[in-house]
Amino acid sequence: MAEPKPSIVEIRNIFKSYHRESLAVPVLHDITFDIAEGEFLALMGPSGSGKTTLLNLLAGIDHADSGTIRVGGVDITALSETELAHWRANNVGFIFQFYNLIPVLKAVENVELPLHLTALSRRERREHAETALRMVSLEHRMDHYPKEMSGGEQQRVAIARAIVTDPTILVADEPTGDLDRVSAEEILAMMERLNAEMGKTIVMVTHDPRAAQRAKVLRLLDKGYMNDAPAQNPL
Amino acid sequence: MLQLKILFRNAFHNKLRSGLTILGITVAVLAFGLLRTVIGAWYSGVEAASASRLVTRNAISIIFPLPIAYNEKIRQIEGVKLVSYGNWFGGIYIDEKNFFPNFCVEPRTYMTIYPEFVLSPPEQKAFFADRKGFVAGRKLAARFGWKIGDQVTLKGTIFPGNWDFVMRGIYRGRDKTIDETQFFFHWDYLNETMKRFSPGRADQVGFYMIAVKRPDLAPDVALSVDKAFKNSLAETLTETEKAFNQGFIAMSGAIVTAIQMVSFVVILIIMAVVANTMAMTTRERIGDYAIMKTLGFGGGSIAAMIFGESLVIALTGCLAGMILTFPAAKAFGHTLSTYFPIFLVSAQTLWLDLIAAFLIAFFAAIIPARHAIRVGIAEGLRRIG
Repeated sequence: MAEPKPSIVEIRNIFKSYHRESLAVPVLHDITFDIAEGEFLALMGPSGSGKTTLLNLLAGIDHADSGTIRVGGVDITALSETELAHWRANNVGFIFQFYNLIPVLKAVENVELPLHLTALSRRERREHAETALRMVSLEHRMDHYPKEMSGGEQQRVAIARAIVTDPTILVADEPTGDLDRVSAEEILAMMERLNAEMGKTIVMVTHDPRAAQRAKVLRLLDKGYMNDAPAQNPL
Repeated sequence: MLQLKILFRNAFHNKLRSGLTILGITVAVLAFGLLRTVIGAWYSGVEAASASRLVTRNAISIIFPLPIAYNEKIRQIEGVKLVSYGNWFGGIYIDEKNFFPNFCVEPRTYMTIYPEFVLSPPEQKAFFADRKGFVAGRKLAARFGWKIGDQVTLKGTIFPGNWDFVMRGIYRGRDKTIDETQFFFHWDYLNETMKRFSPGRADQVGFYMIAVKRPDLAPDVALSVDKAFKNSLAETLTETEKAFNQGFIAMSGAIVTAIQMVSFVVILIIMAVVANTMAMTTRERIGDYAIMKTLGFGGGSIAAMIFGESLVIALTGCLAGMILTFPAAKAFGHTLSTYFPIFLVSAQTLWLDLIAAFLIAFFAAIIPARHAIRVGIAEGLRRIG
């Protein structure tokens, strides 16, 4: 029997509310769970269940009201904004539903963008970006602007941008939500490969069962509450 | 650097909006430049004034004359190098609309005191030798097509009658700031005519020009001159040429102040326009900035990009405005040469244009940059899609 892998993400007693004027709207209630290194986790749940909020918290782009989140041994809830920005740059790769590429930059420049926060030289940055684009089979689209590419291609550029810094975890928020079926399959296959071949830890939010099917572990959120135990993906 | 690339491409991403904003800045800088040039033209006489020249006039008013006998007394005052004198003639050439400044002067001393009026030696000799001779500035001669030897008649207003002159020279300014639209003839010609037809007005001058030995002696010489004629029938008021010229400008001080205010209001208006453009741009790109923050870029980087974009737009408009100021000033100066003989775009005006562009860029970007920094990443990302 294989030994369980150590946890790379430890989430403990997380509470989160949004405040609208004087009204506090609770979104997450006492969330506690771990994500093992190399895991491909799908977070599922209906709209408004708190999936994206939870993803934002563990990616360090939003703050919890209480509780702790440790990623790779670092308590990110204790970091300042500047420290958090630095931490994100080195540890998290982001894939969004709407690709979120910078429209005025070419594909290769978009991929290169996060490398500007590293100590790499100009040449090294370009080489890394080109390698990442080759990994997503877009070497022929390097000098194209986002508007000149299909949705699937744009999402592949976004994946290249997410992996180019070799982050600790990849977070994906509805990565296939804006794609046709064929493109969605390509993206999911690519994510599967990143997890299986490169050992990347992936946390994916989705409400699409077909997408969730690709994950190894499934967790369900409903009205801010999480199911107690992770299920080996029954889908 | 990629961030520079982003801000440059962002600046021209929405071509219509950026183009219209740049056009607005261009027009504003052009208007600002022209208004500042008008003010500069107003002060050109003051700027061209020498620190070692004094003007002595009647203490009551410039319109009252002084006796020619003062000439000798002034010459003997310590510190005085040379004395000249003259009168505002106020003659009209054919029609009143052909206005140009015309003076009768003592030519030898006057041309020595004013070396900036450059006359060739043969022309100078011919002018000095002919009591009915006159010299005119290059621009004035060109305006009326006068050539050496031409006879020109001015109709006297202060000194009635038709006054005939023969052109003996065309002077050039030593540099671009020197007025080349003036007309000088012999004071002796005027005085002899007065002696014959109006003896009560003979042997009088409108002003004395005094060259002092050193500029630092000017205050003492001015005091000595006025002291020498204290309690006389025609007391004097002596001041530096600069102060004398400023006195004329002070008469139209309200207009100059109004022009100055309008020039700054133009800048304030365009600042509001650019601020609006930057606000719209930043609101549209709040998602892009959220992505950059997600990737690890800090608020400082985002603010630098917004300020940079604002600066690119403002400087592009400013440079276009500055370039257009030159032909516009030339055309403007040509049309209004009667009132503004010197109408040059100064280096100071160009510097003010650039300073204005930087101020426009800075103030227009403050609020959008603050907004972009303060919007949370999650909030920014929600605005995409």
